[in-house]
Amino acid sequence: MDFLNAFILISNFIIVPAITYGSQLALGAIGVTLIYGVLRFANFAYGDLMAFGTMIVILFTWYLQSKGITLGFLPTAILAIPIGIIFTVAISLFFDKTVFEYYREKKSNPVTFIVVSLGIMFVLNAVVRIIIGPNDINFMDGHKFVIKASEFKKLTGLDEGLAIKSTQVITLITTIISCSLLFYFLNKTKTGKSMRAYSNNEDLALLSGINPKKIIIITWVIVSILATIAGTLYGLDKSFKPFTYFNNLLPIFAATIVGGIGNPLGAFYGGFLIAFSEIALTYAYKKFLGYLLPESLEPNTLIQFISTDYKFAISFAILVIVLIFRPNGIFKGKVI
Amino acid sequence: MKDIDIKISFAVMGMMIILVGVFQSWGVALSILNLCLISAVMSMGVNIQWGFAGLINFGVMGFLAIGGLATVLISVPPVIEAWSAGGLGIFFSGVFIILTVLIVFVINKKFYNFKYKNYLVFIIIILSIPLLKIFSGPSISKIESINAATSGFLGGMNLPIIFSWFFGGALSAGVAYIIGKICLGLRSDYLAISTLLISGIIVSIVKHEEWLSRGVKNVIGLKRPAPYEVDLQNSDWFNNLIEFLNTSKLSKILNNIERQDLLSQLVISSSGVFVKLCFALIFLFVVCFLLYFSEKALRSPWGRMMRAIRDNEDAAKAMGKNVVKQHLFIFMLGSAIIGFAGAMLVTYDGLFTPSSYQPLRYTFLIWVMVLLGGTGNNYGAILGAFVVWFIWIQSAPFALFIINLFTSQLADTNAIKLHLINSIPYFRYFMMGLGLLLVMRYRPKGLLPEKILKN
Repeated sequence: MDFLNAFILISNFIIVPAITYGSQLALGAIGVTLIYGVLRFANFAYGDLMAFGTMIVILFTWYLQSKGITLGFLPTAILAIPIGIIFTVAISLFFDKTVFEYYREKKSNPVTFIVVSLGIMFVLNAVVRIIIGPNDINFMDGHKFVIKASEFKKLTGLDEGLAIKSTQVITLITTIISCSLLFYFLNKTKTGKSMRAYSNNEDLALLSGINPKKIIIITWVIVSILATIAGTLYGLDKSFKPFTYFNNLLPIFAATIVGGIGNPLGAFYGGFLIAFSEIALTYAYKKFLGYLLPESLEPNTLIQFISTDYKFAISFAILVIVLIFRPNGIFKGKVI
Repeated sequence: MKDIDIKISFAVMGMMIILVGVFQSWGVALSILNLCLISAVMSMGVNIQWGFAGLINFGVMGFLAIGGLATVLISVPPVIEAWSAGGLGIFFSGVFIILTVLIVFVINKKFYNFKYKNYLVFIIIILSIPLLKIFSGPSISKIESINAATSGFLGGMNLPIIFSWFFGGALSAGVAYIIGKICLGLRSDYLAISTLLISGIIVSIVKHEEWLSRGVKNVIGLKRPAPYEVDLQNSDWFNNLIEFLNTSKLSKILNNIERQDLLSQLVISSSGVFVKLCFALIFLFVVCFLLYFSEKALRSPWGRMMRAIRDNEDAAKAMGKNVVKQHLFIFMLGSAIIGFAGAMLVTYDGLFTPSSYQPLRYTFLIWVMVLLGGTGNNYGAILGAFVVWFIWIQSAPFALFIINLFTSQLADTNAIKLHLINSIPYFRYFMMGLGLLLVMRYRPKGLLPEKILKN
């Protein structure tokens, strides 16, 4: 019996990676859910919007690096995020003006919106690949680790090491800050309240003198900020590849629906739920049980629920289960 | 003159393909034609679901993968050693899955008033996954270890590959039944997302269950319904045919050896074209057959009922139509056609590569075909498939032309110009997106809109 080592093992392989991945998913899912709540459609171009924002951040990071400007132990990309946000907001508003506004005024059905968001997805996909290419790009600089596994072992004298990457800490801190700001904005400020009112009941909100154009612009701005931050954090943590960003749209959608579509807090929890189940179900518990169980009971198989090949499929399966049992999501959806 | 726009648009499309044949080569033209025809089958499948019944199915990729899997299961010779090593284990695992499904089914039927029914079903499903692993694990690893480099899977039934098209359709319909039972009650946007994600599950199963499909190791050298090039080159009748077709060209050359050389070159180049022509004829037959029956269906009382359900579900319900049942049926029908097309595609390629199934190419592109061509109109779906596939292939030369036009002032070594020329393959996505946006804005019903039938 060795609880401490078992705990460190689990932290190293499940808790820390899942919190990081969950934060990235949560930021993405909140963006999708805000679009759904206010503009009332599922935006399939969101993954590529994230890729676009990250691409601008990378280009500006390269520019800064070529000028010799760095942030010391922090990645330079943090300096470039505001520029990325400006460009992403600009392109979101551009697409809203040229594409979505027309259908909004015509009061088209949700499927039409989905279809035009597919069109934008294709266009953004092409733009990103034409500008920066389809390959893997690693733009992380600064210190890689806050604490290395070997250092941790030396420090504590335990058998198991705990490695914490600096990107993981940055991701967590950024997520906490941006989510608290967002929820403060939605719940306490007048604009945020009018946004929620608009999402809840459009006609009533219009009667109360809320300007829908302003609400929609603010939504796109918030969504673009979230998309750029989430994309950059993911790119720093793993690496930037346009195709993975498109694929990440799927677990983000799963997180959104699991949390109740249109419900930002639900999307936040949904992201973590998806991340934790993806990582916890594909982890092999042999060593973990080896620490906890007496030697005679030690397992001789891997004790892995589902093989790592199905990592993505788990989030989809959770979605299907939720759809069967609670079609509105775990937290009631459709109100922001 | 009725349907003049249909005739004109198809004539233009045919001309475009013939122009490719004249200016590029007949091999290229025929391979474009073949993929256009296969895409036409896919888009007709989607059109039946979306155009006839208004069901949004973003799971096209999954059904195509099932169709592809069917070709492997039907046409590849069985691996006897693998069957004897692990066949029994796989059989019992199959029985176990069926038992689990039956138990869940019985619980749903018999205990539908039971308060914790959903939790019970949930627990049973969760428990069955590790149990299934214990059952099947050893036999799977046995199967995968037999000749891992060349086989390592169970193989198929060694039947002619044409059967796999129908089997792929049937298998897709079966899977569509399960998906439909789960998802069809959902609202349109939920349905879109959930079918997209479920197709992701299907593809990851096909990709990772190596005992079944060889997974990422691919299955190559599948059978063909058409002759092989090598056999053609060695057969007398084909040599004579080519000699006959090129009599004028050959008679100009007096030297016997040179003549023989030219003839053998012609035979080699035209054998490829001949094989593609055979495929084209088969595919054309399938497309015509499907077109005939979907047109019939569209004009039948059943087609009218489907349109009524699509346009006003509540009214159709009030008239006593069983909307849920009809939705499920049409979802299965459309998915079966998509599965059929998936098997055709793999047959034409001659190899099964599960990792190539990506939503962008196999779900959204097909949707662009349907939306561009005209929802609810079979001719529109076929035209959309032709136009989109043609642009998809021919956008590279077009993009090169545009780039050269705009950068003609720059030197050939200019970094921007080189970068743009390197990224030519991605301009096709741009054109697709732009095309879709323009059509949705200015011709929302597609190039060939649905005709209001008055009879």
